[in-house]
Amino acid sequence: MNTMPNALRLSVTAAALGLLALAPDSARAQSPEKGLAAYMSQGCWQCHGTVGQGGAGTKIAPGPMPLNAMAAFLRNTNGRMPPYKKAILSDAELADIHAYLESIPRARDYKTIPALNP
Amino acid sequence: MNKDQESGLGRRQFLASAATAGAASVVAATTGSAAVAAGPEPVKAAAAEGDPAEAPRLGGIPGSDFMIDVIKSLDIKYAPSNCASSFRGLHESMIDYGRNVMPEYLNCMHEESAVGMAHGYFKIAGKPLMSMVHGTVGLQHASMAIYNAWCDRVPVIIVAGNDLDAAYRPPWVPTLHSAQDVNGIVRDYTKWDDTPVSLQHFAQSFVRAYKIAMTPPYAPVSISLDAGLQQEPMNDHRGKITIPRYVPTSPPAGDSGAIKEAARLLAEARNPVILVDRVARTQEGIPLLIQLAELLQAKVVDYGSRMNFPSMHYLRAGPGAVADADVIVGMELTDFWGAVNSFTDNGEHGGVGVQSSRIKPGTKLISISSVELLTKSNYQDFQRFQPVDIQMAADAQATLLPLIEAVKSALTASSKTTIEARGRAARPANEQYLARLKQMAALGWDASPISTARLAMETYAAVKDLDWSCVSAESPFFQWPETLWPMEKHYQWIGRSGGFGIGYGIAASVGAALANKEHGRFSVSFQADGDLMYAPGVLWTAAHHKIPLLSVMHNNRGYHQELMHVQRIAAFRNRKVNNGPDMGPVGTSIMNPDIEYHKLAESMGWWAKGPIKNPAQLAPALKEAVAVVRSGQPALLNVWTQPR
Repeated sequence: MNTMPNALRLSVTAAALGLLALAPDSARAQSPEKGLAAYMSQGCWQCHGTVGQGGAGTKIAPGPMPLNAMAAFLRNTNGRMPPYKKAILSDAELADIHAYLESIPRARDYKTIPALNP
Repeated sequence: MNKDQESGLGRRQFLASAATAGAASVVAATTGSAAVAAGPEPVKAAAAEGDPAEAPRLGGIPGSDFMIDVIKSLDIKYAPSNCASSFRGLHESMIDYGRNVMPEYLNCMHEESAVGMAHGYFKIAGKPLMSMVHGTVGLQHASMAIYNAWCDRVPVIIVAGNDLDAAYRPPWVPTLHSAQDVNGIVRDYTKWDDTPVSLQHFAQSFVRAYKIAMTPPYAPVSISLDAGLQQEPMNDHRGKITIPRYVPTSPPAGDSGAIKEAARLLAEARNPVILVDRVARTQEGIPLLIQLAELLQAKVVDYGSRMNFPSMHYLRAGPGAVADADVIVGMELTDFWGAVNSFTDNGEHGGVGVQSSRIKPGTKLISISSVELLTKSNYQDFQRFQPVDIQMAADAQATLLPLIEAVKSALTASSKTTIEARGRAARPANEQYLARLKQMAALGWDASPISTARLAMETYAAVKDLDWSCVSAESPFFQWPETLWPMEKHYQWIGRSGGFGIGYGIAASVGAALANKEHGRFSVSFQADGDLMYAPGVLWTAAHHKIPLLSVMHNNRGYHQELMHVQRIAAFRNRKVNNGPDMGPVGTSIMNPDIEYHKLAESMGWWAKGPIKNPAQLAPALKEAVAVVRSGQPALLNVWTQPR
């Protein structure tokens, strides 16, 4: 589908315009553990997989987009993925989810996996 | 009409001996108006004598024996069915008179499973099966599977037993299960149906049904078979009725003028792209498609409803290839509109969602599809309307050879130079495409639940040295086998259900595995959890008939497509979705308790193991299961997987 490029453009634009609203929580320590719990309870895993590898949705980890860009995308997207407003997903939860995604280690090089080189 | 019918005897006297209550009205009717006026007297007389009159349904040569002769003339190997009184005559003739060979009765526990087996069998064997179903309730059970076969362009011959004659049919349950027009249940998604009223009529109908089903575009057909006709003797017909000779009908090829114009567009194109879905009806279709693609050095996008084009060929491309095309030829596509347009289900534009073109303005579109010859009104399997520049109502495989010859004639020195340049660029582009796919597959490789990529590729590693056939991977989002398994042979991939009616996967796998068994091939399927639970009795059928199949479960513990739908709708409505005690929205998860599919399979005679959650345990379990299947037994691995 061709929706993600539009969504990325939106997030970049939003970040450039200073529209992000994460500042009040920015001093709070982000928790990958809480992030994992929120990632599962909010249903992120359903489309993106439990380690962000993608599936029905796109790959979002390892190496997630920056927090501010992710927040802008989540709050404003209207593509295949629905927006997640603060009423559903707080800024703190969002930041924790980002911390969880950042904690996911890099994937192995496929050339080192025998089953991917039959 | 035979003599018994003319004289008012036959069925009536048989019924008099079958049930006193039922006989009351029947015998009265046989004796005419005077007897009716006399009330119950004839009943008393018959009961007192204790000597029922001749029962012509039981005498002489049963009509259903002749029906078996007709069926045997068509080389139908199996009849997967769930037993029922309305076809008891034909059933008995099949297993006794016909010695239960050609066709062999396969004992099924649900009509949906029986038709699903026939569906999968055809896609391997290229020959249709017949399935006897009980009208009305049996045909209702079978109807979703028939719709899948319709959407997937697969022939299945349905024989729907029915007690048509209201005067003589047994009362109560058989009458509840009878209909005036039983074929009407499935008429919207069968190609042809009939209700024969004599044995000669049956012979003509059955051979005609077979012929129509087997003429592309293939499709299911239905014969309503009167119970009385099955059971009546054929003495009066002996030597007078015949079995029509079956001669296959050649598939419809494209019009020569349209082929010439299409060839001109393709030869002159800067960047032609070939889209295929159900092109290769047989192995012979694959090299023809390769020939056309290489002649043009055109990228091929295979939507995978059949094994059309080798998965590792350097011209294989993803659906995004249409973006740069100037000429697109779509062959036997399920959804041409969807191939060249995008749809985002986000409620915009008054709820319609965002729709936009994937292709450049002015791109020329050519369609070759036999389905144009078989469009009905009610069910919407014809998809959205897509205007094209050249449309051929023709079978694509039959049209390929004349199209190749026409393209050769249309090529110029200039176009050959352009084509050679495309070919040089295609190989490195394909290598990069495959490398990207493999790196995507490496994501989450060590995750638990097990990634779907690892599920697919560990399975491939376990079967790659065998003569394997991937007989099911029903989720449209589970595409690792199609993209990363090297596939070249027609039987190595048979596509999906067609109609996405859930419950196809396990039944079609068993049917396809039966067809592969005849060739000594190893059948492997990826079995969805929700799909298995619609009609799991087909597991027993596989064990009972000794059908070897490796079923590797893609158990994501939910109806995952619907799970995501409800989650998305809640988010669009700015509501936090109610998961209840589960991991997905209420009503979409299959957990609490988790179903122990391995125990379910074991209880029906399968070797089984699970649940496998640790990815390191997958390869050893696969090795064990492969050995079991090679010994002739079905085996199931219950693997907990990532959602997609």
